Amino acid sequence: MFIRHETIEKNAFLLLVLTLLVISIGGIVEVIPLFTIETTVEHVTGVRPYTPLESRGRDIYVREGCYTCHSQMIRALRDEVERYGHYSIAAESMYDHPFQWGSKRIGPDLARVGGKYSNDWHYAHLINAQSVVPESLMPHYAFLAQNRLELDDLTKRLKAQRMVGVPYTDDQIANAQADLRAQADPNADQVGLLKRYPKAVPVGNGGVVTEIDALIAYLQVLGTMVNFADPANEDLRQ
Amino acid sequence: MSDAVHPMPIHYNDAVVKKFVIATMFWGVVAFLVGVVIASQLAWPQLNLGLSFTNFGRLRPVHTSGAIFAFGGSALFGTSFYIVQRTCRARLFGGEAMANFIFWGYQFFIVMAALSYVMGYSQGQEYAEPEWHLDLWLTVVWVCYGIVFIGTVMMREEPHIYVANWFFMAFILTIAVLHLGNNLAMPVSLFTAKSYNVASGVQNAMIQWWYGHNAVGFFLTAGFLGMMYYFIPKASGRPVYSYRISIVHFWSLVFMYIWAGPHHLHWTALPDWTQTLGMAFSIMLWMPSWGGMINGIMTLSGAWDKLRTDPGLRFSVTAVGFYGMSTFEGPVMSIRDVNALSHYTDWGIGHVHSGALGWVAFITFGALYYLIPVLWKREDLYSRKLASWHFWIATLGIVFYITSMWVAGIMQGLMWRAYDTFGFLQYSFSESVSAVHPYYVIRMLGGVLFLSGMLIMVYNMIMTVRSPSTARRAALPADVAMAGV
Repeated sequence: MFIRHETIEKNAFLLLVLTLLVISIGGIVEVIPLFTIETTVEHVTGVRPYTPLESRGRDIYVREGCYTCHSQMIRALRDEVERYGHYSIAAESMYDHPFQWGSKRIGPDLARVGGKYSNDWHYAHLINAQSVVPESLMPHYAFLAQNRLELDDLTKRLKAQRMVGVPYTDDQIANAQADLRAQADPNADQVGLLKRYPKAVPVGNGGVVTEIDALIAYLQVLGTMVNFADPANEDLRQ
Repeated sequence: MSDAVHPMPIHYNDAVVKKFVIATMFWGVVAFLVGVVIASQLAWPQLNLGLSFTNFGRLRPVHTSGAIFAFGGSALFGTSFYIVQRTCRARLFGGEAMANFIFWGYQFFIVMAALSYVMGYSQGQEYAEPEWHLDLWLTVVWVCYGIVFIGTVMMREEPHIYVANWFFMAFILTIAVLHLGNNLAMPVSLFTAKSYNVASGVQNAMIQWWYGHNAVGFFLTAGFLGMMYYFIPKASGRPVYSYRISIVHFWSLVFMYIWAGPHHLHWTALPDWTQTLGMAFSIMLWMPSWGGMINGIMTLSGAWDKLRTDPGLRFSVTAVGFYGMSTFEGPVMSIRDVNALSHYTDWGIGHVHSGALGWVAFITFGALYYLIPVLWKREDLYSRKLASWHFWIATLGIVFYITSMWVAGIMQGLMWRAYDTFGFLQYSFSESVSAVHPYYVIRMLGGVLFLSGMLIMVYNMIMTVRSPSTARRAALPADVAMAGV
């Protein structure tokens, strides 16, 4: 019934094909169902694509390797929920290309950091973390406040995300530059921005839009999109 | 056909092996040095200097890619090319040019990847940070590697494919599958080094750790087991302990490793069924891992005395010991309730380094101490005593490293979940940061020791290569050699 192993180890082609078969099974069983099983990503209200400014902030978060020290995944454990807030659900990162759940907490989890601190606090903390948290090991990101935010390829970036499944509407893409500037100026008219992106937090001072503004806008929206008190999200409540 | 005696000995392509051996030592120094730098940054954050390209977040991928892909990768290319030629009795398939393309193509990939990280280009996925254009380049190099390696196996004069080559073939094939699966991304434009992965959130997480854990399983394990299966029998002069174990542990290892990824995602938003599968297979994986360890260590039966005299073999055997230890620790950490404590802490960092320093680096050092006198045709190492110093300094470094990370990691885990008598969380996060400072200093010192050992080896190797060759004497007629020419 079984072929002799001698047959396999004398035939490179057979050895390769069998190896390929054997290594394929686990991946297929674990990955494919996550795309097909309906309940993998919860149906909740509130999760929306990132605003253009938040999205650019996220690019900076990825670029600087923030994930090497900060997780964005509150595990369903009592102490984590008490320290950071409601455990993270899959729907909250459904538009995250790539996911930034992280694997190491040299610094604290950031999944629900949005709204916990003021914009000014984040600004001071990014410039010099030790000035607000003396024990912190975080590098200084003062250079982000010097760098003008690159905006030339903004719509291309949103379109690339739309290609991989983020549901940016034509309206959102057409207004990308205007929405970005509106969010970076607290005195600007934000009606259009908030209609397209509820809960967007205005940042900056209306001057030149810098990388630090984008990063703060991103940090301020983290974990705030899903309202766990909403009856529509009842079955997720702790 | 294979019975025929060769009229001429086969001229193996050792030039490319030599290049990879030199690259392995060079990248070893670089990767360990960057490791010491970022370990120092965690102990003294002022060392980040506040410059974009010197910050921890950008340097950490330089260290991980440097250690895994530059140091480990160069070692795998070099040793696999050496081993496949000997065990197949065939010259490297594809000729000189293809082998050189693989060498320079891979080195180009490494340099470009490291530069791109410090300049701020990253996909933001651990151990898969290079952006899409570099991923494509690596794919080209990797396909050539597959062609050369498998081509050589096809051209073999030996009827059987030697066990080391099963592992190398599984490694080459699986890494190709993982690399393509995890790096599918949509570039912003053809001229922008920025892309968005096609998968998102929970699916992206699963695919990333399917990739990430099998970078460990196939790059850092299967490939280096190939190394073990050649150099330990060679250096000890004993046959592989058990052919049956080789077969059983090869097939069970390659089958089970692929399932283990979800243990990086316990208690997260990944569905429970996937987590449970990942945990179950991780625990089962203990057996094939230890099968490999037993097969490697028991090969020394009857030749244990060589550990006293052969420093290279001492490295190889200690490596297998560390392999056994970290493949026991891994399944323990994959148990969901242990993981609740260990995940996100420095325990994980300690675990990775007992594998990376103790297994991957030590088995590589063992191979290099064997290879360099052979490749450059020298009688022996310049100094066995220096090799012994390297061994003990590096071992001490690993002990410093992993014990400090165990203490730091378990302490972090306990502090994060500690409650006071009123039922409130006892410690703020920043208190746990202050508490680990002494252990971060000890870890850094462990890294300095490991780096020092590496520098001793580099010196020893340079002196070995500069010592007089034995080749010319052997090639000349006996009377000429006696005349002292």
